[in-house]
Amino acid sequence: MVGALILLVICSIGLAAPLLTPLDPGAIDPAFRNKVPGTEQTVRAADGTKTTVTHWMGTDSLGRDVYARVIYGARASLTVGIAVAAISVAIGLGIGLVAGYFRWVDAIVMRFMDGLMAIPAILLAIALVSLSSAGLAIVIVAIVVPEIPRVVRLVRSVVLSIREEPYVEAAIAVGTRTPLILVRHVLPNTVAPLIVQATYIAATAILIEAILSFLGVGIPPQTPTWGNIMAEGRTLFRVFPHNILYPGIFLALTVLAVNMLGDGLRDTLDPRMSKRL
Amino acid sequence: MSAPVLEVRGLTVTLPPDADRRLAVSDASFAVDPGEIVCLVGESGSGKSVIAHAVMGLLPKALAASAGEVLLSGENVLAASQARLRALRCTQMAMIFQEPMTALNPVMRCGDQIDEVLATHTKLSPAKRRAKVRETVRAVHMPDVERMIASYPHQLSGGQRQRIMIAMALVLEPSLLIADEPTTALDVTTQAQILSLIRELMRARGTGVLFITHDFGVVAEIADRVAVLRRGELVEVGTMRRVLTTPAHEYTKMLIDAVPSLTPRQRAEAAAPVVVRAEGLCKTYVRRSWLGRAGGDIAAATDVSFEVRKGETVGLVGESGSGKSTVARCVARLITPTRGRIVVGDADFASLSRAQLRALRRRVQIVFQDPYRSLNPRRTVGAAIVEGPMNYGMPHREAMARAHELMELVHLPPAALDRYPHQFSGGQRQRVCIARALAMSPDLLIADEAVSALDVSVQAQVLALLDEIRQRLSLAMLFITHDLRVAAQVCDRVAVMTRGRIVEYGPAAEVFAHPRDDYTKSLLAAAPGRHFAFGRAAG
Repeated sequence: MVGALILLVICSIGLAAPLLTPLDPGAIDPAFRNKVPGTEQTVRAADGTKTTVTHWMGTDSLGRDVYARVIYGARASLTVGIAVAAISVAIGLGIGLVAGYFRWVDAIVMRFMDGLMAIPAILLAIALVSLSSAGLAIVIVAIVVPEIPRVVRLVRSVVLSIREEPYVEAAIAVGTRTPLILVRHVLPNTVAPLIVQATYIAATAILIEAILSFLGVGIPPQTPTWGNIMAEGRTLFRVFPHNILYPGIFLALTVLAVNMLGDGLRDTLDPRMSKRL
Repeated sequence: MSAPVLEVRGLTVTLPPDADRRLAVSDASFAVDPGEIVCLVGESGSGKSVIAHAVMGLLPKALAASAGEVLLSGENVLAASQARLRALRCTQMAMIFQEPMTALNPVMRCGDQIDEVLATHTKLSPAKRRAKVRETVRAVHMPDVERMIASYPHQLSGGQRQRIMIAMALVLEPSLLIADEPTTALDVTTQAQILSLIRELMRARGTGVLFITHDFGVVAEIADRVAVLRRGELVEVGTMRRVLTTPAHEYTKMLIDAVPSLTPRQRAEAAAPVVVRAEGLCKTYVRRSWLGRAGGDIAAATDVSFEVRKGETVGLVGESGSGKSTVARCVARLITPTRGRIVVGDADFASLSRAQLRALRRRVQIVFQDPYRSLNPRRTVGAAIVEGPMNYGMPHREAMARAHELMELVHLPPAALDRYPHQFSGGQRQRVCIARALAMSPDLLIADEAVSALDVSVQAQVLALLDEIRQRLSLAMLFITHDLRVAAQVCDRVAVMTRGRIVEYGPAAEVFAHPRDDYTKSLLAAAPGRHFAFGRAAG
């Protein structure tokens, strides 16, 4: 459960960001641009007292503290990851259950899903952003739409095998109504693979959000997200690699942690393993 | 007497530390002579497959042979290197498995698979290898040799696939053949053919055979000597006739007594009212394509008629694919019959609407074959039992009280109600399934191969339970089975099915003693160990 541990640490970093740095991630300081990590700066507060702050990860081309931006950026990334996973699983589960259990709607629903699956998240995001304004909600919608068919396909395939199980037939034989069969017998047995899938979706979503922000079609640049920080640091990458390096490390670590959590959950939720627990 | 082909001396195999017992096999010793068939008999988990795999050098890493030796023509297999083992397999010892479909490579032609064995172990030229393959396939009595050689495994029947496996095992004329439940997945008539084939080939080539089985009928049919295994211990070794007629060990005696006899029990003719009557039942599966019917309809059941009276058990007997399960599922209305009537009381089950059906569902209940899949793994057995009654409005408290009674009725501790299915053994799960069906107070209980997946001793217990319940509640029972022995013991009347039709229907005693239909005759003639009177205790 190393993955869960790393993820917990990153989550708490995001939540406790104001406590971890006195600096405002949005504060621009033209005099203090492009400093290397570890540079110290003396700041004069409004009342005249001087304090020395250290830019642990340097500053970017607008003089903003990269450390502050990275830890605040965890908020956006994790929000996107969790929201996308939750929304796409919730919608996909419902559609998948219906498509898998009621054979007559299956063909129609699945062809529609195939259509959705063909839409690339990045193009959809560009289209949505150009239709309205850029923002967190648009990014989430853009990533959720192409993820739903993946969830639907998974749920449907699991449901297709479960509906043939004798225990489902036994439930029919004792007169259990169809909605109850779905909730009592089918749903609990689809949860295990679904939770695992959800973690992979979360990892993908965090990555796509970073890509969208990097391309400038995601969350607006004043909001710190790992993608934004990297996009900002792109131009001076050869001279000041820290602008891309640190958010990159956090991004890689988070995605790795989520994937490890998914693998761990898969092993734990496997019925063959749960016998031993 | 020549030296034994295989000699196992004090073989001990240790299980991983978290297993239910310490040793998979403890101190097992026996020998197989050339041209002799030694049957290793035991229930599931007795360690019989572990012995077979130890001999082949195929033990999984988690299991280790900690003591003893396995001598194959004098050479200790346990001490042999991987390279030596590879050389020994096929040339000196060969193995055939229970499920020939999974043991054969699905994307390789059967002939090529046999040829591969030759190419690996001999330096014969391709032309000679081809001739040898043809000769071997002919030796296992395959019709149309050329076509069989060019076929893929899925194009053959189960029996033909097993013949290919045997041909593959014997192509290099090994001195030892290990057969791990080779006929368990086959129908009785096919089983009889495979057994006689194995016998014939052994006699002709002087191969020693270690034959693993759980079925005493098969033992009586094929064995020269028998070794009985219980939880890793060899409890008895002796000649077949001696072990089957005068078993020395209590366990052997219990196993043999648990085998149902082929002679039906005498039952009083039931004059009770008819509970269920099937009239001209048909179920046809239509193959559909995008453009409507694609043709090639499959008639799973055709014109099936029978009736079940109160307190009576009617057996539907047949081989796989005979349509018996289709009929069972039609009667329970899990599938809708294409034509015909199923009269339960005064309602026609076949034509009821969904709403009407729901109100009447409780009158017909079904127990399935696979005890591992018929209970939802994520719900307690208590929840499974009370589900039905609560669907029909019984309050939870009352339903739980009834579940307590039912658990006692099926001889399980009522305290086990809040346990999950995986905490029970196969036999116990089947009892839970019976309790779940009885919770509905049905008029008719359908047992669809309900004891087929169970060990013979557990099977005897579950059969006794079913019989007890039938008498106590004077329940009507429709008993679906492929096992003639079970049918003989349980059923008052039997209907023999083949290719979706009932070919013979009458009192069990009558059908078993004087079969009229040719198919019934061949079925009875194929029953393994039919010359042997089993189950004296049960009768």
